Amino acid sequence: MIRLINKYKNQITAISGILIVLGFLLSVAEYESYKDLALITATLIAIIPIAIRAFQALRMKAFSIELLVTIAVVGALYLHEYTESSVVTFLFLFGAYLEARTLEKTRSSLKALVDMAPQEADVIREGENLTIPVEEVVKGDRVIIRSGGKVSVDGRIVSGKGILNEAAITGESVPASKAIDDKVYSGTIVDNGYLEIIAEKVGDDTTFARIIELVEEAQESKSKTQKFLDNFATYYTPAIVVLSIIVYALTRNLHLAITFLVVACPGALVIGAPVSNVAGIGNGARNGVLVKGGEVMDRLSKVDTIVFDKTGTLTKGKPEVTDIKTFSNLEAVELLRMVAKAETISEHHLGQTIVKEANKRNLSIEGELLNGEVIKGNGIRAQVDGHDLAIGNRKLMDAENIQVSDEVSAYALKREKAGNTAIFAAVDGQVAGIFSIADQIREDAPRALAELRKNGIKKMVMLTGDNKHTAELVANVLGLDEFQAELLPENKVSFVKKLKDEGHVVAMAGDGINDAPAIATADIGLAMGEGGTDVSMETADVVLMADKLMQFSHAYALAKATVRNMKQNTFIAVAIVFILLAGVLLGYVHLASGMFIHEASILIVILNAMRLIRFNSKNGSSETELG
Amino acid sequence: MAKAEFQLEPLTCPTCVKKIESTLTRAKGVDSVKVLFNSSKVKAEFDDTQTNAEKLKLTIENLGYTVSGSKTS
Repeated sequence: MIRLINKYKNQITAISGILIVLGFLLSVAEYESYKDLALITATLIAIIPIAIRAFQALRMKAFSIELLVTIAVVGALYLHEYTESSVVTFLFLFGAYLEARTLEKTRSSLKALVDMAPQEADVIREGENLTIPVEEVVKGDRVIIRSGGKVSVDGRIVSGKGILNEAAITGESVPASKAIDDKVYSGTIVDNGYLEIIAEKVGDDTTFARIIELVEEAQESKSKTQKFLDNFATYYTPAIVVLSIIVYALTRNLHLAITFLVVACPGALVIGAPVSNVAGIGNGARNGVLVKGGEVMDRLSKVDTIVFDKTGTLTKGKPEVTDIKTFSNLEAVELLRMVAKAETISEHHLGQTIVKEANKRNLSIEGELLNGEVIKGNGIRAQVDGHDLAIGNRKLMDAENIQVSDEVSAYALKREKAGNTAIFAAVDGQVAGIFSIADQIREDAPRALAELRKNGIKKMVMLTGDNKHTAELVANVLGLDEFQAELLPENKVSFVKKLKDEGHVVAMAGDGINDAPAIATADIGLAMGEGGTDVSMETADVVLMADKLMQFSHAYALAKATVRNMKQNTFIAVAIVFILLAGVLLGYVHLASGMFIHEASILIVILNAMRLIRFNSKNGSSETELG
Repeated sequence: MAKAEFQLEPLTCPTCVKKIESTLTRAKGVDSVKVLFNSSKVKAEFDDTQTNAEKLKLTIENLGYTVSGSKTS
């Protein structure tokens, strides 16, 4: 029975609404007695679901708003105020319906993510192609994804290649191209191509499933304001009952006491703060920023100092060949081909960077190598295509008795001052060229940092284990306030501690693994996720899924907007309660109009929070839209 | 020990959370209950020798909430 009533709650609301309209039409047609009948019926129908919920809550020893409404309506019926009783019950049900609809909208940002979850997967088992529900895929399965298909598990590509839309994981709308040995994630979509992957993580263990779970939990975790309001509501509701009894005792006016009871319901107050948080966190998740809860949102909005790790955070963390300068009649490409061929024997990361560059340019570096030798700490020597090659630093050139002209020497120094490592390449005893290798600053770093500063960051510091020379260069290019070079992880921790002791609210951004201690020490720990490594997702308060610094500046602006939104909602809610109470006591607000204002205030705070879903820091709408 | 997750109709009032939480916690064989207000989900851990997901679903529905989906593990 109860279930049936709940199922048809919307129909009940509609019938009661129709009956009220009918009642007024009858009244216009001067059938007064029928009008009362219609309104009483409307009240009785609509009060059923409300009273049931009130009773259920009471059994749990919880005071609910439904209880207040039920008492008020019974009182109104007793006073023969049928118009008021029917309008109040109808408005309450209709308001609840609208709330559910609008709340669903604020929560929809997460729902959009959940809906991206794949349902089916094509696998090859024992040579047979099968389409199975995604829950049945197990670790080690060979999964096929065709153009337009969704990746259903986390895995590694073993065959094929494709362009993947990874927005579900990273919030990044620019598709990424993936080939053999690359990792792919559940929830991403193959825009174009064909992949065969081996499943590594399935079901609830996939990065995608964990993101959803983290976001759900984040939306649930309460901020301080929210906890305060929750506590407030627990005492507030019974207090209102007591107060209205006092009002009745003093004035002997039952009508006034009942009105007081209804309008004092704490609707907007309870829903206002959480709804802002949910919308804010949902917006972050869609843009590839995981903010772990309302508390984090609150702290993030107060940050005034940011500490960056250099390698992998401000820079790409992947050294690249930035320049090849030749000093002989050899073409740069030909020199690269020969040097890269020699460097295939090297395990040094600089050597491998050169090999990677040659691969990127599709140069053929296969073939026989003669007399290859690694000279530790200095470079390598080898014979390529009949030429003697020596590749390495200045010391190697000296050791090999290769003349380094002033011109070459000056050029190398210039490149080093520009933040590069200069590598000498000698062919047959002559310096043929210089390779410059550098870990480049992220393209979006200058813009992101400028935006962070504009949004209220006062101090930006860079910490790095790298040498002073390189550190100074990066700090100057980005206009940082301070930098500390040649640090160990524990130095980073004590530096963050020092800043905190000086009264700064500190956010620390790092790559999540070797910076984990400093990240944990800071007020806000921020990890560059790179597709979400487990460690960074666990330790950090904020995770940037697409590894973009612009996401950081979005998160910061979003946190400020969310906290501002929450304050607006709290203010609206409290102001309306006061206006209503004053209105009731002065006799301006009656039962039906009080209920109307009460329901309207709930809708206002939800609608206000909904603006956060569309919040976009990038086009600068933050000030115009949420200022 | 088994786990169940129920998806409910959108929850609108924080008192609903309390209501579901306390009722389920007192149900026989239930170990822990967590109601996620914003995603309108109920996560429960229970002893599967004493109760089952179907019974828990019925309990929630009797409180007046529509269960639109459930998942056990």
